[in-house]
Amino acid sequence: MALNADESGRLVDVLSRHVDRITRRWAEVVAAQLRGRLSQAELIRQGQELHRALLDALGKGAVDLTSEEATELRAVLAEFSRGQARQGFSATETATGVFALKDALLTVLDSDQSEGTLRDYVGFSALVDQMGLFTFETYVRTRESLIADQAEQLLELSTPVVKLWEGVVAVPLVGTLDSARAQVVMERLLQTLVDTGSPYAIIDITGVPAVDTQVAQHILKTVVAARLMGADCIISGIRPQIAQTIVALGIEFGDIATKASLADALRHVLRLTGVETGRRQSRREA
Amino acid sequence: MTSGVDLGRPQTQAVGSDEDVVRVRQLVRTVAVAAKLSLVDQTKVVTAASELARNTLVYGGGGSVEVSTVDNGRKQGIKILFADSGPGIADLNLALTDGYTTGGGLGLGLSGARRLVDEFDIQTAPGQGTRITITKWSR
Repeated sequence: MALNADESGRLVDVLSRHVDRITRRWAEVVAAQLRGRLSQAELIRQGQELHRALLDALGKGAVDLTSEEATELRAVLAEFSRGQARQGFSATETATGVFALKDALLTVLDSDQSEGTLRDYVGFSALVDQMGLFTFETYVRTRESLIADQAEQLLELSTPVVKLWEGVVAVPLVGTLDSARAQVVMERLLQTLVDTGSPYAIIDITGVPAVDTQVAQHILKTVVAARLMGADCIISGIRPQIAQTIVALGIEFGDIATKASLADALRHVLRLTGVETGRRQSRREA
Repeated sequence: MTSGVDLGRPQTQAVGSDEDVVRVRQLVRTVAVAAKLSLVDQTKVVTAASELARNTLVYGGGGSVEVSTVDNGRKQGIKILFADSGPGIADLNLALTDGYTTGGGLGLGLSGARRLVDEFDIQTAPGQGTRITITKWSR
């Protein structure tokens, strides 16, 4: 239900005559909810801003939140809920910030019976409900975009290619290897092979919780691509339970060298390149 | 993540995206741990569930997975039902042949999953969808 011009006019009147009381009451209600996570000054500032935007919209004759006169109000609400979402406030806490306006207005109306009727309050309440829903939607959208950003960052973070030795690079895989990540891994690995001129790459799957046919296929494709570029791949980090599962599944790694640990894989490569590891020498001497 | 699930009752997970396949894996792992499966058996049943859930998604066009614990009096186990209402499988023997695929995979998912579990039951017909039930017992 929308406000009519009369109600809107009386609300403007009440809102403009009781700026301080409404703002203070609003800040009180919100502060009780947030338990001191925002300073009183900050709350008062937010309250004043909301109050000003609301008064402005009503003053211009806005009857509900979708009207053109309420553009400014929508912008203020969107900014408010984006801020809350980014600072980690919950959806309830954000919506309370808007619904507290009802409480604030009711306090003012209560103290002076002549100031408004029940109808005015119901009309105002409907407007605040709209504002609450709008805030909630903006909040959800902001959180969704945060999550999407993080997923992208995770994709970047979780696929480092490290140089282990002269001519040896390693890719420690951690977590789920889906198609998107497999693509990133392959691109990174092939590019690093070119950049460093390394003839050997070690793909370590210690951090991959389950190796199913899709994961195996991604790894096999990466190995084949690396081979086309003249690099040899070794797969390491195959734990006993993974080995048994791979056998039962029937996946064959063919002539690709596989090792139980990254250390074994590095030792294998070093032996192939003719580098003697210090420990072995000292053992032989002893 | 899946802590706080009530393991006494069957857990259902819809399968409609790649993320859901990950959720199925996590759910199966949680239930498998609760059913006291060994690490090797956990890994096997999680991998089988991953294969079958992906089949549900890719070939069945999405569906649902129901995970429950079972008890035959002597040992505990985990039972998982994969159901979709996709096109079904016309030639089951062919589909269960190692290396046969219509989707560009390795062709080991269905046959491999059967080897990874103790009991494997499949009900399917062209146009009737597919229902696969697998069970893995603790040793």
